[in-house]
Amino acid sequence: MYHYDEYDRALVFERVAQFRDQVQRFMGGELSEEEFLPLRLQNGLYLQKHAYMLRVAIPYGTLGANQLRTLARIAREFDRGYGHFTTRQNIQFNWIELAQVPDILAILAEVEMHAIQTSGNCVRNITTEAFAGVAADELMDPRPLAEILRQWSTINPEFLYLPRKFKIAICSAEQDRAAIMMHDIGLYLYRDPNGEMLLRVMVGGGLGRTPILGLQIREGLPWQHLLSYVEAILRVYNRHGRRDNKYKARIKILVKALGIDAFAHEVEQEWQHIKDGPAQLTDAEYQRVANAFVPPSYQTLSDTDLDFGTRLVMDAAFARWVARNVQPHKVPGYASVVLSTKPGPAAPPGDLTDIQMDAVADWAEIFGFGEIRIAHEQNLILPDVRKRDLYALWARACEQGLGTANIGLLTDIIACPGGDFCALANAKSIPIAQAIQQRFDDLDYLHDIGDVSLNISGCMNACGHHHIGNIGILGVDKNGSEWYQVTLGGAQGKDSALGKVIGPSFSAAQIPDVIEQIVATFTDYRESDELFVDTVQRIGLEPFKERVYAKAEGEAA
Amino acid sequence: MNNLIRLVDGQAQLLSDDPWTLVREIEDELPTGPLILPLAHWREGHGIWLSPDDEVESLELRLGELSLIAIDFPSFRDGRGYSQAYLLRTRLGWQGELRAIGDVLRDQLSHMRQCGFDSFAVREDKSAEDALKGLAGMSVLYGRSAIEPRPLFRRR
Ligand code: HEM
Ligand code: SF4
Repeated sequence: MYHYDEYDRALVFERVAQFRDQVQRFMGGELSEEEFLPLRLQNGLYLQKHAYMLRVAIPYGTLGANQLRTLARIAREFDRGYGHFTTRQNIQFNWIELAQVPDILAILAEVEMHAIQTSGNCVRNITTEAFAGVAADELMDPRPLAEILRQWSTINPEFLYLPRKFKIAICSAEQDRAAIMMHDIGLYLYRDPNGEMLLRVMVGGGLGRTPILGLQIREGLPWQHLLSYVEAILRVYNRHGRRDNKYKARIKILVKALGIDAFAHEVEQEWQHIKDGPAQLTDAEYQRVANAFVPPSYQTLSDTDLDFGTRLVMDAAFARWVARNVQPHKVPGYASVVLSTKPGPAAPPGDLTDIQMDAVADWAEIFGFGEIRIAHEQNLILPDVRKRDLYALWARACEQGLGTANIGLLTDIIACPGGDFCALANAKSIPIAQAIQQRFDDLDYLHDIGDVSLNISGCMNACGHHHIGNIGILGVDKNGSEWYQVTLGGAQGKDSALGKVIGPSFSAAQIPDVIEQIVATFTDYRESDELFVDTVQRIGLEPFKERVYAKAEGEAA
Repeated sequence: MNNLIRLVDGQAQLLSDDPWTLVREIEDELPTGPLILPLAHWREGHGIWLSPDDEVESLELRLGELSLIAIDFPSFRDGRGYSQAYLLRTRLGWQGELRAIGDVLRDQLSHMRQCGFDSFAVREDKSAEDALKGLAGMSVLYGRSAIEPRPLFRRR
């Protein structure tokens, strides 16, 4: 893990002091609501329906055990005993007192954490995939460049008042597990045949009201130019992005208006001025940061473990969990474990109690090297577990409600906080997730259905990524009541696709039936082990529509 | 202009005898003394102010004839002025006074300073003396700026 040096430390502590002063001035009436707004947003503080919400950054999704314990402490002492892990590798606390925020930030600073730029019209938390550094299909570890970008974008004076928020993600594996195409800038890191690190740069992706997948703006960018190239994009965007309408202010709208070629030309011209300047990254800096991510001291193990093998045969529930929740590791004898935060109706997707957080921190130390990852699917990951420890870990995870064997299955739902918390919501998300989870509570059936992603957003801001769910559910407002629009065929990763609306929206009560009909249509048409998304691709929306709406009409009649 | 902070040799001073008059709209009768005029109405011997829509590159040929450039922040949340200032300093080589005008507030002063502004016409209803406290900002800058061209990784 990256550890702060005196510069990093000075910055977060000075930032706490600065914000403490700003909070005091706001509470004392010296700063107006309007003046305070961007200041608090750039420190991760939102005003929700009932209270302030604090969003804390988990840069590129990596946490140390002590950091997770600190998050547990904040949940316990300053909130109502839980936190919500988001789709952008952050954690949100929902019940925060403004006056206590500076103290919370000071506690975070002690463990090298912060909430800087987790909101606001600036460069947000840099994200990557949860299995960075350990995934078997990884080309190289994207975290050193993610950390370098994090530092460079933190309080970068020119880019703090952009037209709109700006999200950057980087990944470097065969599979894209970081939703690269959905980002304002998405970076694929790879090597050329000579071993040189290069970047494929995507620009203009984003969800929200106008979902757009990113377009390639550059291939083969040498890594030394990462900062200058991103700077060039940001400068073009800062100067020319729309500011008259906040729904048209994301970079995707600018890219679309100019066309990718004209936009690329602008960026190229800007970049020519700065590319060989002092922003050019050095080997020394790369090495300094990369040293923080050297692999831990793995034991030399056989890739097969006798005890583990026996357990797999003896215990079907364990085997099922291993099949879904355990991922291959690049080191023999090790695996990565996904702890599901989606036990079903018992807890909203992404929520963890302080007790669970403490437990996960303990397991990270007992069964790993003290590290935890946050996946953008809102689950937690223990990246380095010996296969021989999997059974013991599974037993503990089950005791804590974190052992549900449903990763990638229909009940592994991604949902935004929705109408229960969010002031912008058209409709609730969490009760919908829970109703679906309740309906599909038969694990055998779920495993038969196989991989399906289901994403729910409470409004078109799309915080739950509904556009890229194989099944997407979007809360809409119809004359003041809550309705839900369903899309099919969305996908993330390198084959990203936006889902298509199947027809008129449904009431909350209808949704579990609708999902059941959709799944039944799939199982009817499925050929051998076909994945849900592939069946939708092959047969189109019609068969689904027919069944879903025939049923709905039948009921109405 | 009043309520002004100016950096002189890196030292911040509060100015009460600034000679410049800001002309936002051109009327028939212009005030006397040195004026800060809109880009389209500039005349020799006076200063100029840019709106966020103005392209700094259009000043390139005129820089030698100017004695002051101001950049307007119609709202402190409109960040175009930061790029304009940065480019004026680092690309166009402007060395004269660069003044922030409009919605200029304490909590943004340090960012403005780092982008190359060296004078700050603090919004009239706010105290310039109080705003001085916002000028220093953080001691750490990861990236680079108009006043520190080397990113931290070259200084670390
Ligand atoms: C409850 C407080 C929240 C508020 C007020 C809020 C607000 C918003 C708004 C206004 C947008 C649309 C921005 C745009 O398109 O320009 C947005 C997008 C988004 N939010 Fe949230 N959000 C909240 C919580 C969350 C949570 C809990 C998550 C993660 C689970 C999240 C993740 C995202 C993502 C991934 C996007 C889409 C980004 C894109 O368009 O590329 N947000 N949010
Ligand atoms: S999608 Fe809408 S309802 Fe859900 S968190 Fe985002 S803004 Fe709120």
